[in-house]
Amino acid sequence: MKIDFKHKQSAHCESGVTANLLTHYGLQISEALAFGIGGGLFFAYLPFVKINDLPLTTFRYTTGAIMKRTMTALGVQVKTEKFRSPQKAMAELDRVLAQGTPVGLQTGAWFLPYFPPAYRFHFNMHNMVVMGQENGQYLISDPVFPEPVLCDRMNLMKARFTQGALKPKGKMYYITDVPSSFDLQTAVKDGIRSVVKAMLKTPLPIVGIRGMRFLASRMERWPQKLGEEKAILYLGQLVRMQEEIGTGGAGFRFLYAAFLQEAADILKDDRLRECAATLTSIGDRWRDFAVSAARHCKGRAKEHDTFADMANIIRDCASREEALYLELTDIIK
Amino acid sequence: MNSLHETPKPFQTQVKSTMLKKDVPQDIGIAEGMKEVVYAVDENGNYELVPSAGWAPKNIANDQAWEIISGQIEAVKKQIKAGELSPLAYHMVKNQMDESLLAQYVGLFKWKVKRHLKPEVFKKLKKPVLEKYAALFGLSVEQFMDMATIDEGYNPGKDRLI
Repeated sequence: MKIDFKHKQSAHCESGVTANLLTHYGLQISEALAFGIGGGLFFAYLPFVKINDLPLTTFRYTTGAIMKRTMTALGVQVKTEKFRSPQKAMAELDRVLAQGTPVGLQTGAWFLPYFPPAYRFHFNMHNMVVMGQENGQYLISDPVFPEPVLCDRMNLMKARFTQGALKPKGKMYYITDVPSSFDLQTAVKDGIRSVVKAMLKTPLPIVGIRGMRFLASRMERWPQKLGEEKAILYLGQLVRMQEEIGTGGAGFRFLYAAFLQEAADILKDDRLRECAATLTSIGDRWRDFAVSAARHCKGRAKEHDTFADMANIIRDCASREEALYLELTDIIK
Repeated sequence: MNSLHETPKPFQTQVKSTMLKKDVPQDIGIAEGMKEVVYAVDENGNYELVPSAGWAPKNIANDQAWEIISGQIEAVKKQIKAGELSPLAYHMVKNQMDESLLAQYVGLFKWKVKRHLKPEVFKKLKKPVLEKYAALFGLSVEQFMDMATIDEGYNPGKDRLI
């Protein structure tokens, strides 16, 4: 059994699954548009949340929220289920699948056999769409892979019931109703508004523009506070958060710039096209930081790669992004 | 610490003024040659999805993450050989777990898992408990109990665990 589901590879799993599911139901929404309507762009430096003893930095909004906001903004009805029993979770997946409905899953990455070994981490916020069954294996549209992949029942069950932080508990979701018409312009504007608000107005020093500046000031002190060796591990972790699979490059900045281009057409406002170009150059600046940081990790730091220099790049990104969000506020007013 | 995945050539140190489609980096990294997609602009400044094999700075950061894991594995091996830890510790770090994640997977209290890391307690473990651990790691009880498994040539981030 195979559902006629169009698999499209995307940069990020959650916005990719959202776009692919919507496209299946006749709503031509790209990944970038789903990411933008869902208000995906974000920044927070969370030094007290540690992964492998290294602090968490995030460039995207809370997991699950991007899809939820996009579906709500477009008036799409989604049924979401969580389970205690793995057997029941698999039976329900089979039942919905048999009706010809593609089913979205939240899973852990650890047990997925088609993941290259290097991607094997205990990461519980992966998303995919199950699009059929073949010879006892599930046919899966995993948006970060170029082609649909296969996964056996046992490992898929394990992946749906991984343990640890943010465990998926067998979470599955599928679209039950799509509106005949929707207001794309309002959805796009609301999406931009939520990003601008989060980046400029969150009353926490670790979030948004303030969070970037906070990271910069902490980064300057890393070598003294942590010692050179640990400071370099902190840098490597930050580069991974910014560039590792799922961000589309430069901590989702390029992905959001692609959204702003689409938004320019939807809202018929050329200023948004200029904003997209500005954000592209800001993304390049984030990548300047990654290049400098990687030289440190390789023990090849040059004269202008000091922690203070890198902190200044982050501050530069903060100032430029601040100006951009102010302009966006003006445009969507 | 030796690098596990040597980068063949020094990476480009300049980032282009804009991320052009033709300049999307293709530095093969950890993903077995699998290409992910990234966002880049064409000659007219329009965004497109472009396949990328990887980017050197990112590859370096990924290698660093795997070196940390390799380092943890090596340190635990030494402690096991010195009689300070049980072989359970090896399988735990190899599978990138800590006591609390491991406890959740086998359905035991964390303090019990911590006790099982002691060689003298581990030796006295009953079969049902051993089976739980072995099944989680995809091993037979014999393999799991065999001290020699800690000397297997496991290459973190390159060899398949499951």
